[in-house]
Amino acid sequence: MSEKAPVVPGSGKPGNDLLRQITQGPGLVSVLGVIVALVIGGLLIAVTDEKVGETAGYLFAQPSAFFGEFWRAATESYVALFNGSIYNSSQGFKPFLETLTVSTPLICAGLGVAVAFRAGLFNIGAQGQIIIGSVLAAYIGFAWHLPIGLHLLLVIVFGLLGGAIWGGLVGLLKAKTGAHEVILTIMFNYVAVYLIDFLMNTQGFRRPGETNPISPILDSSAIFPAIPGSRLHLGFVMAVLLVLAVSWMFKRSTVGFEFRAVGHNPEAAQTAGINVARTTIIAMALAGALAGAAGVAQVAGTEKVLTGGIAGSLGFDAITVALLGRSTPWGTFFAGLLFGAFQAGAVNMQITTGTPIDIVSVVQSLIVLFIAAPPLVKAIFGMNRKKKRSSKLEPTKAGAK
Amino acid sequence: MKLELRGISKAFGSFYANKDIDLTVDDAQIHCLLGENGAGKSTLMNVLYGLYQPTEGQILLDGKPVEFSGPGDAMASGIGMVHQHFMLVPVFTVAENIALGAETTKAGGVLDLQVTRKKIREISDRYGFDVDPDAVVEDLPVGVQQRVEIIKALVREAKILILDEPTAVLTPQETDELLDIMRQLKANGTSIVFISHKLREVRAVSDVITVIRRGQVIDSVSPESSTTELANLMVGRAVELNLNKAAATPGQAVLQVKDLTVVDPAGTTTLDSVTLDIHAGEILAIAGVQGNGQTELTEAILGTQPVTGGSVKLAGQELVGKSVKQILRSGLGFVPEDRSVHGLVTQFSIEENLVLDLYDRPPFGKGISMNLEAIKKNAAQQIQGFDVRTDNPLNPASSLSGGNQQKVVMARELSRDLKLFIASQPTRGVDVGSIEFLHRRIVAERDKGTPVMIVSTELDEVMELADRIAVLYKGRINGIVPGDTSREVLGLMMAGVSQEEALAQAEFAKAENEPVEAQPASEHDNQEGEAQ
Repeated sequence: MSEKAPVVPGSGKPGNDLLRQITQGPGLVSVLGVIVALVIGGLLIAVTDEKVGETAGYLFAQPSAFFGEFWRAATESYVALFNGSIYNSSQGFKPFLETLTVSTPLICAGLGVAVAFRAGLFNIGAQGQIIIGSVLAAYIGFAWHLPIGLHLLLVIVFGLLGGAIWGGLVGLLKAKTGAHEVILTIMFNYVAVYLIDFLMNTQGFRRPGETNPISPILDSSAIFPAIPGSRLHLGFVMAVLLVLAVSWMFKRSTVGFEFRAVGHNPEAAQTAGINVARTTIIAMALAGALAGAAGVAQVAGTEKVLTGGIAGSLGFDAITVALLGRSTPWGTFFAGLLFGAFQAGAVNMQITTGTPIDIVSVVQSLIVLFIAAPPLVKAIFGMNRKKKRSSKLEPTKAGAK
Repeated sequence: MKLELRGISKAFGSFYANKDIDLTVDDAQIHCLLGENGAGKSTLMNVLYGLYQPTEGQILLDGKPVEFSGPGDAMASGIGMVHQHFMLVPVFTVAENIALGAETTKAGGVLDLQVTRKKIREISDRYGFDVDPDAVVEDLPVGVQQRVEIIKALVREAKILILDEPTAVLTPQETDELLDIMRQLKANGTSIVFISHKLREVRAVSDVITVIRRGQVIDSVSPESSTTELANLMVGRAVELNLNKAAATPGQAVLQVKDLTVVDPAGTTTLDSVTLDIHAGEILAIAGVQGNGQTELTEAILGTQPVTGGSVKLAGQELVGKSVKQILRSGLGFVPEDRSVHGLVTQFSIEENLVLDLYDRPPFGKGISMNLEAIKKNAAQQIQGFDVRTDNPLNPASSLSGGNQQKVVMARELSRDLKLFIASQPTRGVDVGSIEFLHRRIVAERDKGTPVMIVSTELDEVMELADRIAVLYKGRINGIVPGDTSREVLGLMMAGVSQEEALAQAEFAKAENEPVEAQPASEHDNQEGEAQ
C-alpha cells in the first residue's frame, strides 16, 4: 500500500504562482518600477552625454560644472520627451494626439495579453495574432469595395477574427494535447512572420507596379476617420470601448468569472463544473481577437497599408504593457498610454537633444525587469521587511482562530 | 532527560502564536499536548526543535538552559522529532535514510552502512519493531515508515521524542501498535511529547495532558479526565460530543454504483469493481485508510476522474460520461476532500466562492451576465446561516480559518435542492466546535430525505455519522456493515481482513479478553478496553 502524498495548496505549480505574482501583484510596485527605471535611464543619458564627459575630466577641479552638466543632460532629455509626447509651446497639445495614436494598438494588444494572463495563460503570441489580424483586415480593406460604414465594420470584424483564429488555435492545441502555450505562441509568431513575408510577395497582396513588399492603400471607406491635422483616428475610441468591455467582462460576466477561476485554481474550477479546456480555448481566442484589434488599428488607422513590418515590436511591447498594467483593463490602458508617450516623444528627444532613441527601449526594458523582480523595487524602497512580517503573521493568525 | 519550558512566547508581528507557556516533561514521561488545529502546538514544538527562535522564555534540559539555533542543535542535545509528514527519501533503503545526514564513512569517503545496519537491528530487536534495514522505504506500509522515523531519532540518541500528530495516517491497529511502542520507549527512559487532538489515544497513553488553546496553556490534567472534560477544555466551552441523531428512515436506493472501476494512467487499478447503493435518507460512510480509492470513488461520481468501467446511476439516470456541470446540475452536492485545492478559489472573495458552481444559474447568472446583487444577498444569507466568521464577505477566502472555509464550501453545496450529497473529509482540520455544527447539518440533509455519502479517514467521524459503513481497501469494497459496527472490526477491515474474519477475530478477542494479535504487553490493552 502506498500512501498518497498530501496535497499542499499551491505547491504543485510554483511557476503558476510566480506568474500570478508577477502579472497581478500590487500596482504600487508598477509605479515605483517606472520611477526607478526613469531615474536609471536619466543616469544613462547623463553618463553618455558628451559635455558631461568633458566636465568629468576636471571633476575634482570643478565639481559643480560636472554635476550641473549631469543634471542638465538628464533633465533636458526628459523635457524633450515630454514636449514630444504631451505638450509644447509651439504645437500645444498636438503631441498628445500622437501619443494617443501610438498607444491605440498597444492598449488593444496589451488587453489581449492581460486577458490571457488572468486566465492563467502566458500569451507571448500577440505578435502573430496582430499580424494575422492585420492581414485579414487589410485584405478586406483594399480588395473588397463596399459601402461606407459596412466596409469598416467588416474590416474590424475580420481583423478580430484573424487574431481570434490564431490565438484560438493555440488554446485548442493546449486544451487537447497539453502543449505549453508559451512554446506554441512563440512558434505561431514565427509562422505568422514568415507567412506575411510570403503573402507580401504574392500578387494578391503586393501593390501593382511596386517592387517593394507593400500592399495597395486601403479604400477610404475601410479606414477609421481621423482628426484633421493629426494621425489620431477613431481606432482609439475602439480601444477605449474594448477596455470597457473587458472591464465589464471581468467584473460582471460568467465568462470573466470562469477565466478568473481557471486562472487562479483550475482544479477548483473543474470541481465546480467549469470546463477548463473550453475556457482555455475561449480565453486564447479572445486574447487573439484583442490583439487582432491592434492589427486593425494599424492597417485601418495609422498606416493605411499592409507591410511586412506592420506589427513592428507591438506584440512584445504588449506583454510589457500588460505586465505594467497588472493585467487589469484600466491598468493596461494607462500603461499603454505611458508607452505610447515614450515612443511618440522619443523622436523629438533625439532631434532636440541628440539622446539616442534607444534609451526609451532601455527604460522600457528596465520597467519590465523591475516588475518581474518585485523584491528588487521593494528592497530599493525598503518595503521588504514590513512585507515579510505581515505575510508571516496572516496564515498563523487565520489558523489560530 | 527532564525538559522544562519556562515562559515561552513566540510572536509573529503583533500576533502571539504562543504566549507565556510553562511546560515540564519529566524523565520517562509521556506528556500529551492536546489542542485544536491552530492552537499553537506545532509552533511550540518547532520552538523546542530549534526551527523557530522564541520571542521570550527559556528552554531547560535537566535544569540547564539551552539555546537552539536549528534542528541540528536540538538533535545534538538529545531531542528528536517525528513530523506528521515523514521526512524520508522514498527510493532509499531504511539504512540509507537513517544514515542520511550523519553518515559514517570509510577511508576515501566511501559510505559505511554496516554500522548503521547494526544499530537499526539493535533498536529494532529491543523494541520489537520488525524493520528490515535493507527494505526500500516506499515499499513499506505507513506504520513501518513511521517506525523508521522513530529509529532515526533513536539512532541519534534522542532522550526526548516529539511525535507530531503521529496517528493521523495510521489504521486503528497501527495506532495501537504505536501506543505500545510509546510505552516501551517510556519504559526505557525516553521522554515523549505526544501531540494530538484525538481524545481516545491521548487518554490511553499519556501520563499528563496539557491542554493548549489560542497559544496559551489552559490546564494540565490527568488522563483519567473524561473525554467531555477534555473536549470542553480544548474548545473553551461545553461541547456536545454525541450527535444523538435519530435512526435513519431509508427510502429507495437513489444512488446505484455498479462495478465502478478506475485504472490510472500508470496502469494501477485504483478502484476495483465497486458496487454500492445509497438510499434516500441514509448516510453511507466510506471508511478506509487514506489512499485506498476514496478520492477516485468520489471523483468518478463527480465526473472529474475518467472511469474505466462500470456505471453510476442517480435516480435512474446514468452519470458516467456526463460532464461535471451536467452531473452537478442533476442534483449532486459535492464537498471535496481538500477544500483549498478543489473546494475554493482561495483568491476569490467569500461571496464569489459561495456561488463557485452556481454562478451561471439563476438568480446569479443569466446568459453571460451575472447578477452581483443576488450574489451579495446570497452571501449575506449563507454567512449568517452557517455562522461563517468574517467581517467582510468581500475578503478573500484565504483570510478565513480552516473551519470557516469548510463552512463556506458546505454552505454552498447545501444551498440548493439535492438528490445526492457527497462530502469527503467534511471536518478535516476543522475545530471541534465547528465539527459539531457541520455534523448536524449533514444529518439535517439526510433527514430531508437526501442520500448522503461521507468519506472519512477518521474512524470517530465515520462511527458518529454513518447509518451504514462501506470499508474501502486497496480500491475494493471490503464489506458493507451496519453503522454500529465496533471499532475493532472496522479497524481490521480497514487493514484488509475480510468481514467474516474480522467479526470472528473480534469475537475471539472479546471472549479471551486478549488483544487481537498475541502481544506480550496485555495489561494496558485491558485498561484500554475499560477506558472505552
